[in-house]
Amino acid sequence: MALELPKEKWVGKIGQVVIGALESEGGTRTSKVALGGATSLPFLGFEGEYPNEPPIGMEIFDIVREDYPEVARKPFEDVIDDPGKWAKKCVEEYGADMICIRMIGTNPEEENRSVEDAEQTIKELKEAVGVPLLIYGSGDEEKDAKVLEMASNVMAGERCLLGLAEEAAYKSISVATMSNDHGIVAFSNLDINLAKQMNILLTDFGVKLGNIVMDPLQAGLGYGLEYSYSVIERIRLAALMGDKILQVPMMCGTARVWNAREAFKEDADTGDSTSRAIFWEATTGLSALLAGADALLMRHPDAVKHVKESVKNLYGGGEQ
Amino acid sequence: MALTALDIYKKLPQTNCGKCGFPTCLAFAMQLANKKASIDACPDVSDEAKELLESSAAPPIKLVKVGSGDREIEMGDEVVMHRHEKTFYHPVAYALMVDDDSPDIESKVQAAGEMKFERVGQEMQLDMIAIRSKSDDPAKFSSAVSAVKGKTSVPLALVSQNPAVIEEGLKVCGSDRPLIHAATKDNFEKMAELAKANNCPLAVLEDSGLEELAELSKKVKEAGVEDIVLDLGKKPLGKLFQELTLIRRLAIKKLFRPLGYPIIMFAEGEGASEGLEAAIGTLKYASIVVMKEADRAIMYPLFTLRQNIYTDPQKPIQVKPGIYELNGPAEDSPVMITTNFSLTYFTVAGDIETSKVPSYLLVADSEGLSVMTAFAADKFTADTATELIESCGIADKVNHKKIIIPGQVARMSGKLNENSGWEVVVGPRDSSGLPKYLREYTSA
Repeated sequence: MALELPKEKWVGKIGQVVIGALESEGGTRTSKVALGGATSLPFLGFEGEYPNEPPIGMEIFDIVREDYPEVARKPFEDVIDDPGKWAKKCVEEYGADMICIRMIGTNPEEENRSVEDAEQTIKELKEAVGVPLLIYGSGDEEKDAKVLEMASNVMAGERCLLGLAEEAAYKSISVATMSNDHGIVAFSNLDINLAKQMNILLTDFGVKLGNIVMDPLQAGLGYGLEYSYSVIERIRLAALMGDKILQVPMMCGTARVWNAREAFKEDADTGDSTSRAIFWEATTGLSALLAGADALLMRHPDAVKHVKESVKNLYGGGEQ
Repeated sequence: MALTALDIYKKLPQTNCGKCGFPTCLAFAMQLANKKASIDACPDVSDEAKELLESSAAPPIKLVKVGSGDREIEMGDEVVMHRHEKTFYHPVAYALMVDDDSPDIESKVQAAGEMKFERVGQEMQLDMIAIRSKSDDPAKFSSAVSAVKGKTSVPLALVSQNPAVIEEGLKVCGSDRPLIHAATKDNFEKMAELAKANNCPLAVLEDSGLEELAELSKKVKEAGVEDIVLDLGKKPLGKLFQELTLIRRLAIKKLFRPLGYPIIMFAEGEGASEGLEAAIGTLKYASIVVMKEADRAIMYPLFTLRQNIYTDPQKPIQVKPGIYELNGPAEDSPVMITTNFSLTYFTVAGDIETSKVPSYLLVADSEGLSVMTAFAADKFTADTATELIESCGIADKVNHKKIIIPGQVARMSGKLNENSGWEVVVGPRDSSGLPKYLREYTSA
């Protein structure tokens, strides 16, 4: 008797969000990425659709904090003070599918860079690379309102993602995205109900569900990864089981790895610090993908390389 | 999926005779479904029904043990697809593979044995050594097994498809219950005999498909081997990933016995690539992952991943309550307090480390709850904080009596001050505010 393989028939479909607009579409990007679109769990395309190999973006800053870990800084030593060059290196040498810039320098608690300075940075970034862009504020609600409004205008027609919308601060960023038809990244902190609540708040405010990407927070390996892993799995399962409000793509970052000194500190007992940090970041990212993330934002080029290789093998090796 | 009360009821005599001690057959069936009663209580049940009920009571994935003594490994007996549904019970075992023709086999095993980590109160070290016969020479294999056995007490896997080779290996270590790897469709009769004679678990290897693998495991079981481990063989990673998921589903959701066994996987690639394959096996359904290298920089994060994924979602990981010294504190360093939920501790400790300010961190026993939850549940109060301050000996380490508490529990400051006599300073509400806070605090 032939063995019947247990395929799940999911009723839900994750919406697909495309970022980046080509010249023919009124933008200047030279590539686009599509997030989501799945009707199956990750890499199980044999029982539905898993149409898009998860893209891996790289994350940069407008200014680099003094305490930014040496291991993450080193590959970019020559370009780290110039976001445009930094982004270019990510794309041309390390194959980043998209670039996310965090405008931390605009925070009044940091360098309090002016909106005009920030505008210069974003214009340079736009010129420097052709991949789709994500522009994140610094977490200061008042300043972000101005910086992201400016970013939305500078990037008009380019179809970016702006972030991060949070429960306590989502209105001005929503307005910024809607005015130029950008997408928005909705952040929630390790909580499926909050993730859902964010999508409800945004859609009630007028943002189209099809313009939302969720960031449910990927905790670093060893620092709550198990919570993230289960929250992401639960979000994706709920979406596939039919919860429409959760049927949006998820984008996760590995940034938290670079706050955990255990990952990159000098310590012979736990091996070479550079190799350890790279593997720490790669494992954190890959875990998010297996749980249900549709895209990643990462920092270290070698971690990107390893995750891309695994994704290629997982995606290409199976029936999708 | 286990049988429901209704499934069971259909197989009972439905006479409502009451001899089982329950008023009706349906009531009895409900007790059976909840495993609160035994089918033996029914004197009239058919043999067929009895067998069905007994077999459905067996776990969907058989518990298989390898090795003996302190380092014995238990695997299988998992009941869910996703850890949030209940928990994953038996952590994946990491095995290092050594070849019988390798000249440095002993030093490799020795080094592997010396690799020990401690993280959040758990000890982590390699779980198994797999000895592969590349030579295909029984004598050579036997001496390699002897050499390895002299250097380690962890369970072994004997890797060869040549029964003559395995037989020699078993003469050295058969009583230690090594895993025999592997029975194939060509050699399974002989391998099953060896496994039976030595009471060892046996891996079955078949790479052509799940149906063929199930056929082979059935044959091995019919030959009298109970402790079986599945190997899907070498195939593209994406295919392997899908089959790992399918086997788990067949076992758990369909109670498909021929594939209801733990799985062994050999990670491909080198360095981080091999490590990431091991990570995939850890996340999705392998019970043993065999690796060719055991670099500390890869193994430490991998053990950490296993620790995370195999944490019971109902029971948070806790750190030991007490004093933690960060950044090399001295007698004038600030003293802070938080709770012993591991995630809370790591976040706070990480932020203090980032600040580079030498500090003492007192960790209170909140039964693994975070600060806010513990405060709300009365597990982190002015009383418990006072008790910790008095019992941990911090007063002997510093020349001041000032303690910084989390901003979220500012409300306990008055009482804490009254109880303990320490001056209470309210710190930032969120741990991420600590680096800035501490720098300002110490420069003030």
